[in-house]
Amino acid sequence: MLGLFQSIWAILKHTIRPPITVQYPDEQFDKPPRFRGRIILSRDPDGQERCVACYLCSAACPVDCIALQATQDEHGRRYPAFFRINFSRCIFCGYCEEACPTYAIQLTPDFEMSEYRRQNLVYEKEDLLISGPGKHPGYNFYRVAGLAIGGKDKGEAEDEQPPVDLHTLLP
Amino acid sequence: MSEAVVALINVLGILIAVLSVAAGLIWVERRLLAVWQDRLGPNRAGPFGVLQVVADAIKMFAKEDWIPPFADKPVFVIAPAIIIVTILTSFAVIPFSPVIGVVDLNIGLLFFLGMSSLGVYSVVLGGWSSNNKYSLLGGLRGAAQMLSYEVFMGLSLMGVVMLSGSFSLRDIVEAQQGLWFCIPQVLGLMIFMVAGLAEAHRLPFDLPEAESELVAGYHSEYSGMKFGMFFVGEYLGITLISALISTLFFGGWLGPILPPLVWFLIKTFAFVGFFILMRATLPRPRYDQLMAIGWKMLLPLALLNLVVTGGILLAAGG
Repeated sequence: MLGLFQSIWAILKHTIRPPITVQYPDEQFDKPPRFRGRIILSRDPDGQERCVACYLCSAACPVDCIALQATQDEHGRRYPAFFRINFSRCIFCGYCEEACPTYAIQLTPDFEMSEYRRQNLVYEKEDLLISGPGKHPGYNFYRVAGLAIGGKDKGEAEDEQPPVDLHTLLP
Repeated sequence: MSEAVVALINVLGILIAVLSVAAGLIWVERRLLAVWQDRLGPNRAGPFGVLQVVADAIKMFAKEDWIPPFADKPVFVIAPAIIIVTILTSFAVIPFSPVIGVVDLNIGLLFFLGMSSLGVYSVVLGGWSSNNKYSLLGGLRGAAQMLSYEVFMGLSLMGVVMLSGSFSLRDIVEAQQGLWFCIPQVLGLMIFMVAGLAEAHRLPFDLPEAESELVAGYHSEYSGMKFGMFFVGEYLGITLISALISTLFFGGWLGPILPPLVWFLIKTFAFVGFFILMRATLPRPRYDQLMAIGWKMLLPLALLNLVVTGGILLAAGG
Protein backbone atom coordinates (compact mmCIF):
# COMPACT_ATOMS: atom_id res chain seq x y z
CA MET A 1 0.00 0.00 0.00
CA LEU A 2 2.86 2.36 0.86
CA GLY A 3 4.58 1.37 -2.37
CA LEU A 4 1.51 2.47 -4.26
CA PHE A 5 1.76 6.00 -2.95
CA GLN A 6 5.50 6.03 -3.50
CA SER A 7 4.93 5.13 -7.15
CA ILE A 8 2.28 7.82 -7.56
CA TRP A 9 4.62 10.38 -6.01
CA ALA A 10 7.48 9.28 -8.25
CA ILE A 11 5.30 9.79 -11.32
CA LEU A 12 3.92 13.09 -10.05
CA LYS A 13 7.45 14.45 -9.71
CA HIS A 14 7.74 14.17 -13.48
CA THR A 15 5.10 16.88 -13.88
CA ILE A 16 7.70 19.62 -13.49
CA ARG A 17 10.47 17.88 -15.41
CA PRO A 18 10.93 19.33 -18.90
CA PRO A 19 10.30 16.94 -21.78
CA ILE A 20 13.32 15.44 -23.47
CA THR A 21 11.68 15.42 -26.88
CA VAL A 22 13.53 17.26 -29.65
CA GLN A 23 10.94 18.38 -32.20
CA TYR A 24 13.24 17.43 -35.03
CA PRO A 25 12.35 19.33 -38.18
CA ASP A 26 11.78 22.49 -36.14
CA GLU A 27 14.61 22.01 -33.70
CA GLN A 28 17.93 20.47 -34.62
CA PHE A 29 19.72 18.16 -32.25
CA ASP A 30 23.45 18.33 -31.60
CA LYS A 31 25.21 15.84 -33.81
CA PRO A 32 28.62 14.63 -32.65
CA PRO A 33 31.48 15.52 -35.01
CA ARG A 34 32.08 11.88 -35.84
CA PHE A 35 28.43 11.30 -36.80
CA ARG A 36 28.33 9.07 -39.87
CA GLY A 37 26.19 10.76 -42.50
CA ARG A 38 26.48 11.84 -46.13
CA ILE A 39 29.81 10.84 -47.72
CA ILE A 40 32.01 13.49 -49.34
CA LEU A 41 35.32 13.56 -51.21
CA SER A 42 37.72 16.18 -49.84
CA ARG A 43 40.52 18.17 -51.45
CA ASP A 44 44.02 18.76 -50.12
CA PRO A 45 45.12 22.27 -49.05
CA ASP A 46 46.29 23.04 -52.60
CA GLY A 47 42.79 22.46 -53.89
CA GLN A 48 43.66 19.21 -55.67
CA GLU A 49 41.58 16.07 -55.33
CA ARG A 50 42.88 13.90 -52.53
CA CYS A 51 41.52 10.68 -53.99
CA VAL A 52 44.18 8.54 -55.63
CA ALA A 53 41.70 6.00 -56.98
CA CYS A 54 43.22 3.07 -55.09
CA TYR A 55 39.86 1.22 -54.93
CA LEU A 56 40.32 0.46 -51.23
CA CYS A 57 37.03 2.14 -50.27
CA SER A 58 35.20 0.26 -52.96
CA ALA A 59 36.78 -3.00 -51.75
CA ALA A 60 35.98 -2.26 -48.11
CA CYS A 61 32.37 -1.37 -48.80
CA PRO A 62 30.18 -4.21 -47.46
CA VAL A 63 27.27 -3.32 -49.75
CA ASP A 64 29.30 -2.49 -52.87
CA CYS A 65 27.83 0.96 -53.24
CA ILE A 66 31.05 2.68 -54.37
CA ALA A 67 32.12 2.51 -58.02
CA LEU A 68 35.10 4.33 -59.50
CA GLN A 69 37.55 4.25 -62.37
CA ALA A 70 41.24 5.18 -61.95
CA THR A 71 43.14 7.36 -64.39
CA GLN A 72 46.29 9.53 -64.41
CA ASP A 73 47.14 13.06 -65.42
CA GLU A 74 50.29 13.99 -67.38
CA HIS A 75 52.37 14.23 -64.15
CA GLY A 76 51.53 10.65 -63.19
CA ARG A 77 49.12 11.75 -60.45
CA ARG A 78 46.31 9.24 -60.05
CA TYR A 79 42.71 10.41 -59.73
CA PRO A 80 39.29 8.87 -60.33
CA ALA A 81 37.84 9.35 -63.80
CA PHE A 82 34.45 8.85 -62.24
CA PHE A 83 33.46 8.25 -58.65
CA ARG A 84 29.95 7.11 -57.93
CA ILE A 85 28.24 6.33 -54.61
CA ASN A 86 24.80 4.81 -54.61
CA PHE A 87 23.28 6.18 -51.41
CA SER A 88 20.22 3.99 -51.71
CA ARG A 89 22.57 1.13 -50.89
CA CYS A 90 24.97 2.86 -48.53
CA ILE A 91 24.61 1.75 -44.90
CA PHE A 92 26.82 4.54 -43.53
CA CYS A 93 29.17 2.09 -41.82
CA GLY A 94 32.23 4.30 -42.35
CA TYR A 95 34.49 1.46 -43.56
CA CYS A 96 35.37 3.48 -46.68
CA GLU A 97 36.62 6.32 -44.51
CA GLU A 98 38.70 3.89 -42.42
CA ALA A 99 40.13 2.24 -45.51
CA CYS A 100 41.08 5.46 -47.28
CA PRO A 101 44.89 5.98 -47.20
CA THR A 102 44.68 9.66 -48.16
CA TYR A 103 41.79 10.93 -45.98
CA ALA A 104 39.93 11.66 -49.21
CA ILE A 105 36.62 9.97 -48.49
CA GLN A 106 34.92 11.20 -45.31
CA LEU A 107 31.54 10.91 -43.63
CA THR A 108 29.82 14.12 -42.54
CA PRO A 109 27.09 14.82 -39.95
CA ASP A 110 24.56 15.66 -42.67
CA PHE A 111 21.92 12.98 -43.07
CA GLU A 112 18.95 14.82 -44.61
CA MET A 113 19.23 13.46 -48.12
CA SER A 114 15.81 12.01 -48.85
CA GLU A 115 14.72 12.03 -52.48
CA TYR A 116 11.49 11.35 -54.33
CA ARG A 117 13.33 9.52 -57.14
CA ARG A 118 15.59 6.64 -56.36
CA GLN A 119 17.94 7.59 -59.18
CA ASN A 120 18.65 10.90 -57.44
CA LEU A 121 20.37 9.00 -54.67
CA VAL A 122 23.23 8.05 -56.99
CA TYR A 123 25.86 10.71 -56.38
CA GLU A 124 28.54 11.40 -59.00
CA LYS A 125 31.99 12.85 -58.35
CA GLU A 126 30.87 16.43 -58.81
CA ASP A 127 28.17 15.84 -56.19
CA LEU A 128 30.64 14.30 -53.78
CA LEU A 129 33.62 16.63 -54.11
CA ILE A 130 33.79 19.51 -51.64
CA SER A 131 36.07 22.50 -51.88
CA GLY A 132 37.99 22.02 -48.61
CA PRO A 133 40.05 19.45 -46.71
CA GLY A 134 37.23 18.27 -44.38
CA LYS A 135 38.30 16.69 -41.11
CA HIS A 136 42.06 16.76 -41.78
CA PRO A 137 43.16 20.30 -42.59
CA GLY A 138 46.75 20.63 -43.76
CA TYR A 139 47.17 17.04 -44.83
CA ASN A 140 48.50 16.62 -48.36
CA PHE A 141 49.20 13.05 -49.40
CA TYR A 142 51.59 13.87 -52.21
CA ARG A 143 53.63 16.17 -49.94
CA VAL A 144 54.29 13.37 -47.45
CA ALA A 145 54.41 10.34 -49.78
CA GLY A 146 57.77 9.23 -51.16
CA LEU A 147 56.35 8.94 -54.62
CA ALA A 148 58.00 10.80 -57.51
CA ILE A 149 55.45 12.94 -59.28
CA GLY A 150 55.46 15.93 -61.56
CA GLY A 151 57.18 18.86 -59.80
CA LYS A 152 58.44 16.69 -56.93
CA ASP A 153 61.17 14.10 -57.16
CA LYS A 154 62.16 11.36 -54.71
CA GLY A 155 63.51 12.67 -51.44
CA GLU A 156 61.79 16.03 -51.73
CA ALA A 157 58.75 15.26 -49.62
CA GLU A 158 58.28 16.66 -46.11
CA ASP A 159 60.42 14.95 -43.42
CA GLU A 160 62.17 12.92 -46.10
CA GLN A 161 65.92 12.40 -46.61
CA PRO A 162 67.28 12.38 -50.14
CA PRO A 163 67.68 8.80 -51.40
CA VAL A 164 71.00 7.13 -50.67
CA ASP A 165 73.21 6.48 -53.73
CA LEU A 166 73.87 2.76 -53.41
CA HIS A 167 77.22 3.07 -55.18
CA THR A 168 78.68 5.12 -52.31
CA LEU A 169 77.98 2.25 -49.92
CA LEU A 170 80.24 -0.16 -51.83
CA PRO A 171 83.27 -1.35 -49.90
CA MET B 1 -44.73 23.69 -22.63
CA SER B 2 -41.81 25.70 -21.27
CA GLU B 3 -41.02 22.84 -18.92
CA ALA B 4 -40.70 20.49 -21.86
CA VAL B 5 -38.40 22.95 -23.63
CA VAL B 6 -36.20 23.24 -20.52
CA ALA B 7 -36.05 19.47 -20.24
CA LEU B 8 -35.14 19.16 -23.91
CA ILE B 9 -32.36 21.75 -23.57
CA ASN B 10 -31.10 19.88 -20.51
CA VAL B 11 -31.05 16.55 -22.31
CA LEU B 12 -29.43 17.80 -25.49
CA GLY B 13 -26.96 20.05 -23.66
CA ILE B 14 -25.81 17.26 -21.37
CA LEU B 15 -25.61 14.79 -24.26
CA ILE B 16 -23.47 17.10 -26.39
CA ALA B 17 -21.35 18.28 -23.47
CA VAL B 18 -20.67 14.78 -22.20
CA LEU B 19 -19.82 13.41 -25.63
CA SER B 20 -17.47 16.27 -26.46
CA VAL B 21 -15.81 16.00 -23.06
CA ALA B 22 -15.30 12.28 -23.61
CA ALA B 23 -13.77 12.93 -27.02
CA GLY B 24 -11.62 15.73 -25.67
CA LEU B 25 -10.37 13.41 -22.94
CA ILE B 26 -8.57 11.40 -25.60
CA TRP B 27 -6.35 14.41 -26.18
CA VAL B 28 -6.16 15.28 -22.47
CA GLU B 29 -5.06 11.78 -21.58
CA ARG B 30 -2.37 11.67 -24.23
CA ARG B 31 -0.98 15.05 -23.21
CA LEU B 32 -1.05 14.20 -19.50
CA LEU B 33 0.59 10.82 -20.02
CA ALA B 34 3.23 12.59 -22.09
CA VAL B 35 3.89 15.06 -19.27
CA TRP B 36 4.43 12.20 -16.83
CA GLN B 37 6.66 10.33 -19.26
CA ASP B 38 8.80 13.41 -20.10
CA ARG B 39 7.38 13.56 -23.62
CA LEU B 40 5.34 16.17 -25.47
CA GLY B 41 2.36 14.20 -26.75
CA PRO B 42 0.21 15.29 -29.68
CA ASN B 43 0.93 19.01 -30.21
CA ARG B 44 0.77 19.42 -33.98
CA ALA B 45 -2.88 19.75 -35.01
CA GLY B 46 -4.21 23.10 -33.89
CA PRO B 47 -3.25 25.03 -30.75
CA PHE B 48 -1.59 22.63 -28.29
CA GLY B 49 -2.78 19.81 -30.53
CA VAL B 50 -6.44 20.01 -29.48
CA LEU B 51 -7.55 19.33 -33.03
CA GLN B 52 -5.94 15.89 -32.74
CA VAL B 53 -9.37 14.68 -31.65
CA VAL B 54 -10.89 15.98 -34.89
CA ALA B 55 -8.13 14.36 -36.91
CA ASP B 56 -8.69 11.05 -35.12
CA ALA B 57 -12.43 11.27 -35.70
CA ILE B 58 -11.96 11.95 -39.42
CA LYS B 59 -9.56 9.04 -39.65
CA MET B 60 -11.97 6.73 -37.87
CA PHE B 61 -14.95 7.76 -40.01
CA ALA B 62 -12.94 7.35 -43.19
CA LYS B 63 -11.75 3.86 -42.31
CA GLU B 64 -13.31 0.78 -43.78
CA ASP B 65 -16.05 -0.38 -41.44
CA TRP B 66 -15.22 -4.03 -41.70
CA ILE B 67 -17.25 -6.90 -40.26
CA PRO B 68 -15.36 -10.18 -40.29
CA PRO B 69 -17.13 -12.87 -42.35
CA PHE B 70 -16.94 -15.30 -39.43
CA ALA B 71 -18.56 -12.84 -37.00
CA ASP B 72 -22.10 -13.01 -35.66
CA LYS B 73 -23.18 -9.90 -37.55
CA PRO B 74 -26.19 -8.49 -35.65
CA VAL B 75 -24.54 -8.96 -32.26
CA PHE B 76 -21.25 -7.64 -33.61
CA VAL B 77 -22.94 -4.45 -34.74
CA ILE B 78 -25.00 -3.91 -31.60
CA ALA B 79 -22.24 -4.56 -29.04
CA PRO B 80 -20.43 -1.19 -29.33
CA ALA B 81 -23.72 0.67 -29.08
CA ILE B 82 -24.56 -0.95 -25.75
CA ILE B 83 -21.66 0.59 -23.84
CA ILE B 84 -22.41 4.08 -25.18
CA VAL B 85 -26.13 3.77 -24.48
CA THR B 86 -25.77 2.45 -20.93
CA ILE B 87 -23.21 5.04 -19.90
CA LEU B 88 -25.07 7.93 -21.50
CA THR B 89 -28.24 6.76 -19.77
CA SER B 90 -26.38 6.74 -16.47
CA PHE B 91 -25.57 10.40 -17.00
CA ALA B 92 -29.30 11.12 -16.79
CA VAL B 93 -29.25 10.79 -13.00
CA ILE B 94 -26.10 12.84 -12.39
CA PRO B 95 -26.93 16.24 -10.86
CA PHE B 96 -24.59 18.70 -12.55
CA SER B 97 -25.86 21.68 -10.56
CA PRO B 98 -29.04 22.53 -8.62
CA VAL B 99 -30.84 23.28 -11.91
CA ILE B 100 -28.95 21.18 -14.48
CA GLY B 101 -29.71 17.47 -14.66
CA VAL B 102 -32.07 15.29 -16.67
CA VAL B 103 -34.04 13.45 -14.01
CA ASP B 104 -33.98 13.18 -10.24
CA LEU B 105 -34.85 9.52 -9.72
CA ASN B 106 -35.48 8.49 -6.14
CA ILE B 107 -33.45 5.37 -6.94
CA GLY B 108 -30.75 7.22 -8.88
CA LEU B 109 -27.88 5.28 -7.38
CA LEU B 110 -29.52 1.93 -8.10
CA PHE B 111 -30.21 3.12 -11.63
CA PHE B 112 -26.52 3.83 -12.11
CA LEU B 113 -25.53 0.43 -10.68
CA GLY B 114 -28.02 -1.31 -12.95
CA MET B 115 -26.84 0.54 -16.04
CA SER B 116 -23.19 -0.17 -15.33
CA SER B 117 -24.06 -3.85 -14.94
CA LEU B 118 -25.72 -3.76 -18.33
CA GLY B 119 -22.58 -2.19 -19.76
CA VAL B 120 -20.73 -5.47 -19.40
CA TYR B 121 -22.90 -6.94 -22.15
CA SER B 122 -21.04 -4.71 -24.55
CA VAL B 123 -17.73 -6.33 -23.66
CA VAL B 124 -19.05 -9.87 -23.49
CA LEU B 125 -21.13 -9.71 -26.65
CA GLY B 126 -18.39 -7.90 -28.54
CA GLY B 127 -15.89 -10.56 -27.53
CA TRP B 128 -18.29 -13.41 -28.26
CA SER B 129 -19.59 -12.24 -31.62
CA SER B 130 -16.09 -11.55 -32.96
CA ASN B 131 -15.62 -15.32 -33.03
CA ASN B 132 -11.97 -14.88 -32.23
CA LYS B 133 -10.08 -16.58 -29.40
CA TYR B 134 -8.46 -13.43 -28.09
CA SER B 135 -11.69 -11.48 -28.23
CA LEU B 136 -13.52 -14.24 -26.40
CA LEU B 137 -10.84 -14.36 -23.70
CA GLY B 138 -11.15 -10.59 -23.32
CA GLY B 139 -14.93 -10.83 -23.11
CA LEU B 140 -14.78 -13.57 -20.51
CA ARG B 141 -12.33 -11.57 -18.44
CA GLY B 142 -14.63 -8.59 -18.73
CA ALA B 143 -17.56 -10.64 -17.48
CA ALA B 144 -15.68 -12.12 -14.55
CA GLN B 145 -14.13 -8.80 -13.60
CA MET B 146 -17.44 -7.00 -13.79
CA LEU B 147 -19.17 -9.70 -11.74
CA SER B 148 -16.57 -9.54 -8.95
CA TYR B 149 -16.24 -5.77 -8.82
CA GLU B 150 -19.94 -5.02 -9.15
CA VAL B 151 -20.57 -6.74 -5.83
CA PHE B 152 -18.60 -4.44 -3.60
CA MET B 153 -19.09 -1.42 -5.83
CA GLY B 154 -22.69 -1.41 -4.67
CA LEU B 155 -21.72 -2.28 -1.08
CA SER B 156 -19.15 0.51 -0.88
CA LEU B 157 -21.86 3.04 -1.73
CA MET B 158 -24.26 1.81 0.93
CA GLY B 159 -22.39 3.79 3.57
CA VAL B 160 -23.16 6.97 1.66
CA VAL B 161 -26.78 5.92 1.32
CA MET B 162 -26.98 5.27 5.07
CA LEU B 163 -25.51 8.66 5.93
CA SER B 164 -27.76 10.59 3.58
CA GLY B 165 -30.80 8.36 3.98
CA SER B 166 -31.62 8.47 0.28
CA PHE B 167 -30.82 6.83 -3.05
CA SER B 168 -31.43 10.07 -4.90
CA LEU B 169 -28.18 11.69 -6.01
CA ARG B 170 -29.58 15.18 -5.41
CA ASP B 171 -30.47 14.31 -1.84
CA ILE B 172 -27.02 12.82 -1.35
CA VAL B 173 -25.39 16.07 -2.49
CA GLU B 174 -27.71 18.11 -0.27
CA ALA B 175 -26.82 15.87 2.68
CA GLN B 176 -23.15 16.87 2.28
CA GLN B 177 -23.76 20.54 3.15
CA GLY B 178 -21.94 20.18 6.47
CA LEU B 179 -19.29 17.58 5.73
CA TRP B 180 -18.32 15.90 2.50
CA PHE B 181 -18.71 12.14 2.69
CA CYS B 182 -15.06 11.63 1.77
CA ILE B 183 -14.21 12.12 5.46
CA PRO B 184 -16.60 9.68 7.18
CA GLN B 185 -16.62 7.32 4.20
CA VAL B 186 -12.91 7.34 3.31
CA LEU B 187 -12.83 3.54 3.11
CA GLY B 188 -15.92 3.50 0.90
CA LEU B 189 -14.32 6.16 -1.29
CA MET B 190 -11.18 4.08 -1.82
CA ILE B 191 -13.13 0.93 -2.57
CA PHE B 192 -15.41 2.78 -4.96
CA MET B 193 -12.41 4.24 -6.76
CA VAL B 194 -10.89 0.80 -7.33
CA ALA B 195 -14.24 -0.61 -8.38
CA GLY B 196 -14.79 2.38 -10.65
CA LEU B 197 -11.45 1.80 -12.34
CA ALA B 198 -12.42 -1.82 -12.91
CA GLU B 199 -15.87 -0.78 -14.07
CA ALA B 200 -14.47 1.57 -16.73
CA HIS B 201 -11.84 -1.04 -17.77
CA ARG B 202 -9.14 1.45 -17.11
CA LEU B 203 -5.55 0.62 -16.50
CA PRO B 204 -4.47 -0.98 -14.23
CA PHE B 205 -7.70 -3.00 -14.55
CA ASP B 206 -7.91 -3.17 -18.34
CA LEU B 207 -7.65 -6.95 -18.43
CA PRO B 208 -10.48 -7.35 -20.96
CA GLU B 209 -8.39 -5.29 -23.36
CA ALA B 210 -4.82 -6.13 -22.24
CA GLU B 211 -3.13 -5.18 -25.49
CA SER B 212 0.14 -6.78 -24.38
CA GLU B 213 -1.49 -10.21 -24.03
CA LEU B 214 -4.72 -10.32 -26.04
CA VAL B 215 -3.97 -8.17 -29.13
CA ALA B 216 -6.76 -5.72 -28.23
CA GLY B 217 -8.98 -8.02 -26.19
CA TYR B 218 -12.69 -7.86 -26.83
CA HIS B 219 -12.41 -5.28 -29.63
CA SER B 220 -9.61 -6.96 -31.62
CA GLU B 221 -11.88 -7.40 -34.63
CA TYR B 222 -13.44 -3.96 -34.53
CA SER B 223 -12.44 -1.15 -36.84
CA GLY B 224 -13.70 2.22 -37.96
CA MET B 225 -16.40 3.91 -35.96
CA LYS B 226 -17.43 0.71 -34.19
CA PHE B 227 -14.03 0.69 -32.56
CA GLY B 228 -14.45 4.43 -32.05
CA MET B 229 -17.59 3.79 -30.03
CA PHE B 230 -15.76 1.39 -27.72
CA PHE B 231 -13.03 3.99 -27.45
CA VAL B 232 -15.36 6.88 -26.65
CA GLY B 233 -17.32 4.56 -24.36
CA GLU B 234 -14.21 4.03 -22.28
CA TYR B 235 -13.72 7.77 -21.88
CA LEU B 236 -17.41 8.26 -21.15
CA GLY B 237 -16.95 5.65 -18.43
CA ILE B 238 -14.10 7.60 -16.87
CA THR B 239 -16.14 10.77 -16.94
CA LEU B 240 -19.10 9.01 -15.38
CA ILE B 241 -17.08 7.44 -12.56
CA SER B 242 -15.34 10.77 -11.87
CA ALA B 243 -18.66 12.60 -11.82
CA LEU B 244 -20.05 9.99 -9.44
CA ILE B 245 -17.07 10.20 -7.09
CA SER B 246 -17.41 13.96 -6.92
CA THR B 247 -21.18 13.67 -6.44
CA LEU B 248 -21.16 10.94 -3.82
CA PHE B 249 -18.06 11.76 -1.83
CA PHE B 250 -16.96 15.31 -2.58
CA GLY B 251 -20.17 17.28 -2.37
CA GLY B 252 -21.01 17.50 -6.06
CA TRP B 253 -21.80 21.09 -6.92
CA LEU B 254 -21.26 22.35 -3.34
CA GLY B 255 -18.49 24.86 -2.82
CA PRO B 256 -17.90 28.52 -1.97
CA ILE B 257 -17.80 31.58 -4.26
CA LEU B 258 -17.70 29.86 -7.67
CA PRO B 259 -20.95 28.83 -9.41
CA PRO B 260 -22.14 25.27 -8.66
CA LEU B 261 -21.50 23.94 -12.17
CA VAL B 262 -17.88 25.15 -12.05
CA TRP B 263 -17.33 23.37 -8.74
CA PHE B 264 -18.79 20.19 -10.18
CA LEU B 265 -16.55 20.39 -13.24
CA ILE B 266 -13.42 21.13 -11.19
CA LYS B 267 -14.03 18.12 -8.96
CA THR B 268 -14.88 15.83 -11.87
CA PHE B 269 -11.81 16.77 -13.89
CA ALA B 270 -9.59 16.37 -10.85
CA PHE B 271 -10.68 12.75 -10.68
CA VAL B 272 -10.28 12.29 -14.41
CA GLY B 273 -6.71 13.50 -13.96
CA PHE B 274 -6.29 11.10 -11.04
CA PHE B 275 -7.45 8.17 -13.18
CA ILE B 276 -4.95 9.12 -15.86
CA LEU B 277 -2.26 9.35 -13.19
CA MET B 278 -3.17 5.82 -12.10
CA ARG B 279 -2.71 4.69 -15.68
CA ALA B 280 0.69 6.36 -15.82
CA THR B 281 1.74 4.77 -12.53
CA LEU B 282 0.48 1.25 -12.10
CA PRO B 283 1.19 -1.91 -14.07
CA ARG B 284 -1.61 -4.31 -14.92
CA PRO B 285 -2.04 -7.06 -12.30
CA ARG B 286 -2.17 -10.72 -13.26
CA TYR B 287 -5.66 -12.08 -13.71
CA ASP B 288 -5.72 -14.18 -10.54
CA GLN B 289 -4.29 -11.22 -8.61
CA LEU B 290 -7.16 -9.08 -9.86
CA MET B 291 -9.68 -11.63 -8.62
CA ALA B 292 -7.83 -12.07 -5.32
CA ILE B 293 -7.78 -8.31 -4.67
CA GLY B 294 -11.49 -8.16 -5.40
CA TRP B 295 -12.81 -11.08 -3.40
CA LYS B 296 -10.26 -11.42 -0.59
CA MET B 297 -9.48 -7.80 0.16
CA LEU B 298 -11.99 -5.30 -1.15
CA LEU B 299 -15.18 -7.28 -0.52
CA PRO B 300 -14.38 -7.85 3.20
CA LEU B 301 -13.33 -4.22 3.52
CA ALA B 302 -16.59 -3.06 1.94
CA LEU B 303 -18.56 -5.27 4.33
CA LEU B 304 -16.53 -3.94 7.25
CA ASN B 305 -17.24 -0.39 6.15
CA LEU B 306 -20.93 -1.21 5.93
CA VAL B 307 -21.05 -2.78 9.40
CA VAL B 308 -19.04 -0.02 11.09
CA THR B 309 -21.05 2.77 9.45
CA GLY B 310 -24.29 1.06 10.37
CA GLY B 311 -23.12 0.45 13.94
CA ILE B 312 -22.09 4.07 14.43
CA LEU B 313 -25.32 5.37 12.97
CA LEU B 314 -27.29 3.02 15.19
CA ALA B 315 -25.35 4.07 18.27
CA ALA B 316 -25.81 7.73 17.39
CA GLY B 317 -29.52 7.09 17.11
CA GLY B 318 -29.60 8.14 13.46
